[in-house]
Amino acid sequence: MKKQYTISVFTEDQIGLLNRVSIIFTRRHINIESITASESEMQGIHRYTIVLHEAEDLVMKVVKQLEKQVDVVMAFYHGNDELIHQEIALYKLETALLVSGGKVEKILREHHARIISVEPDFTVIEKTGFKEDTQRLFNELEPYGILEFARSGRVAVTKPMKQLKEYLNEIEITTLKQ
Amino acid sequence: METLLKEEIKGKTLSGAEAVAQCLIAEGVETLFGYPGGAIMPVYDALYDYQNELKHVLARHEQGAIHAAQGYARSTGKVGVCIATSGPGATNLITGIADAQIDSTPLVCITGQVHSHLLGTDAFQETDVVGISMPVTKWNYQVTRAEDIPAAIAKGFYVAKSGRPGPVLIDITKDAQFGTFEFIYKPCQHVRSYVPKRAVDQASIVKAAELINQAKKPLVVFGQGVLLGKAEAEFKQILEKAGLPAASTIMGISALPTEHYLYMGMLGMHGNYAPNVLTNSCDLLIAIGMRFDDRVTGNVEKYARQAKVIHFEIDPAEVDKIIKTDVAVVGDCKEALNQLLPLLENRSHVGWLNEFQRLRDLESEQLIQSELEPESGEITMGEVIEQVNRITKGEAIVVTDVGQHQMMACRYAKFKRSRSLITSGGLGTMGFCLPAALGAKIGMPDKQVVAIVGDGGVQMTIQELGTIMQTGAAVKILVLNNQFLGMVRQWQELFFDKRYSSTMMINPNFQLIAQGYGIESRKVEKREDLNEALKNMLEHEGSFLLEVAVGQEFNVFPMVPTGSSVSEIRLK
Ligand SMILES: Cc1ncc(C[n+]2csc(CCOP(=O)(O)OP(=O)(O)O)c2C)c(N)n1
Repeated sequence: MKKQYTISVFTEDQIGLLNRVSIIFTRRHINIESITASESEMQGIHRYTIVLHEAEDLVMKVVKQLEKQVDVVMAFYHGNDELIHQEIALYKLETALLVSGGKVEKILREHHARIISVEPDFTVIEKTGFKEDTQRLFNELEPYGILEFARSGRVAVTKPMKQLKEYLNEIEITTLKQ
Repeated sequence: METLLKEEIKGKTLSGAEAVAQCLIAEGVETLFGYPGGAIMPVYDALYDYQNELKHVLARHEQGAIHAAQGYARSTGKVGVCIATSGPGATNLITGIADAQIDSTPLVCITGQVHSHLLGTDAFQETDVVGISMPVTKWNYQVTRAEDIPAAIAKGFYVAKSGRPGPVLIDITKDAQFGTFEFIYKPCQHVRSYVPKRAVDQASIVKAAELINQAKKPLVVFGQGVLLGKAEAEFKQILEKAGLPAASTIMGISALPTEHYLYMGMLGMHGNYAPNVLTNSCDLLIAIGMRFDDRVTGNVEKYARQAKVIHFEIDPAEVDKIIKTDVAVVGDCKEALNQLLPLLENRSHVGWLNEFQRLRDLESEQLIQSELEPESGEITMGEVIEQVNRITKGEAIVVTDVGQHQMMACRYAKFKRSRSLITSGGLGTMGFCLPAALGAKIGMPDKQVVAIVGDGGVQMTIQELGTIMQTGAAVKILVLNNQFLGMVRQWQELFFDKRYSSTMMINPNFQLIAQGYGIESRKVEKREDLNEALKNMLEHEGSFLLEVAVGQEFNVFPMVPTGSSVSEIRLK
């Protein structure tokens, strides 16, 4: 059964690794819903957060193939219930729409969206949340005219408490044993 | 690892190009295969000073160079080294790299690259070889500074040969080859993000032993992992103690002597009848160092469904990839088999072995006898190989190309020694044979090396006769000429209504070609000349090309048609 999963890949900070990571998905003809790259809590180690909609069995195989890459430190996958995750969305609207007491202002308040920049002819609104939340706001604002919209990929941290450092230590120990 | 670096070189100022040579020497490299060009000229210039330490074999095409490096690596167990220039030189390596990746062959390929300030500008002979080779390398890396060369090469060798081996590509910009730095070399023994092999889990060994001891009809299916893990001796002991019949994938052939009483032959599409049929009768399937390729399993939905499965495998990504296992033993198979041995009980499984014997007799009567000892009609590929067996007594290294002759060689050639069948298994690369045989002969000069190749495949890399001529490598080339792209013609006959679309070939006079390269040659068309001609070729001092005219429309059987189960294998 297909479900939404989030794969976290921790890698050495090296040119070309994004390519190596994405090849594993393209080879198997898997569509990536979103991908985010960032630093991790450990210096010199990058993390990719990849969201996809696939069967668990396939996700597991992909994770093993990711982990097999020489410069990949670790890869995990999690279902949505094992993660805290958020996406950020930016909405560009005409400033004239934001007259106080108007309908748009009310929508923004109900959605806990923030105004982050006001210019004479446009205003940028920010909303962080699940994709459904940012989408709902989009749907409500759409009739008023959205000049530009962008949504980030998912950023996520996992609920299980084991830290990257512990995993790294474990690898160090198993490899040094040989 | 002992570094072979001379004391006086440490800390000396060297160019990047000289450093490449020094690093190769430090890694114990003696032979490399390659082809020069603009972007790699500094390295070639440095090699000029190291001709005593590093023997460079100049191929006639970069594909030839890399297949030769593969043949060298597979016959010796060492890392094969290959050098090429940027752009077309580098792209010509790709087929060999892909072949080495899928067949787990340890290679280090070094390519030249344009100056770093020109990267990404479509400069002359610039290709993004790191990008192109990424899906087919175990690891690759671009070096843009001379001082990064030693660490990159050290990591490259470590990655190529450790764990499940594979090809590595290191791309070095021309300015990095020219740049100078204070040379130091430290072999790599550890990469924090990379676990070459996991420690074997004792509990999995205990479970595996239990299943093996309880099994009434166990079957071992083994692959190249046995020989890559140098576990041939342990493997044989396990089989003998527990009385386990064993069949090989194409890549595992020669890990167990073909005459061993427990060797049941080859698995898969054109494999032997008994192990294919009985895969679907065994109660325990013990997979060792193999990866359930679709050519081995046939229809996976109907593969060994009745059996429990144990999988000994070094690469965790292979476990449960195709076949769900009941017990996975992840790690080095030599270690694992060593731990398993004392836990096994002595068995002989006489009744079960008799089932194999019955089917082997059947295959022999209905098929093999007429293939190996035909009394009339055109010459068969099988009889040529059988005659070679009689002369070489299973001591030769056999290198094949791809097609009908390959399947025949894998089915009928006899081997006493490990690493003596070299063939392109996973990729099925036509053109592999001739250069790979050259590489094998250079790696194992005291062994007889017989290249068995089709009239189609030999023409894909026939230019390497030039390399054979120049190196004087005494490769014995056996061209089995059926005037067709035989394997494709066979499929056209069986599955496309005999519509022989673009598979008939008008061939050149191979004797004249050989003669042009100063290589002795002969052509055999009659059965009565065959034995003497083969003897002649094998006893000849130098290289020799023997062309044998074989039946034009013979087929390879048995066969598991695509989509069928292995037990539906057809004898005709
Ligand atoms: C590079 C490459 N191109 C195409 C093929 C497809 N192919 C597989 S077997 C074969 C025919 C080989 O003919 P030949 O070399 O004469 O050997 P035979 O089958 O007759 O023994 C072909 C074309 C291949 N394996 N490799």
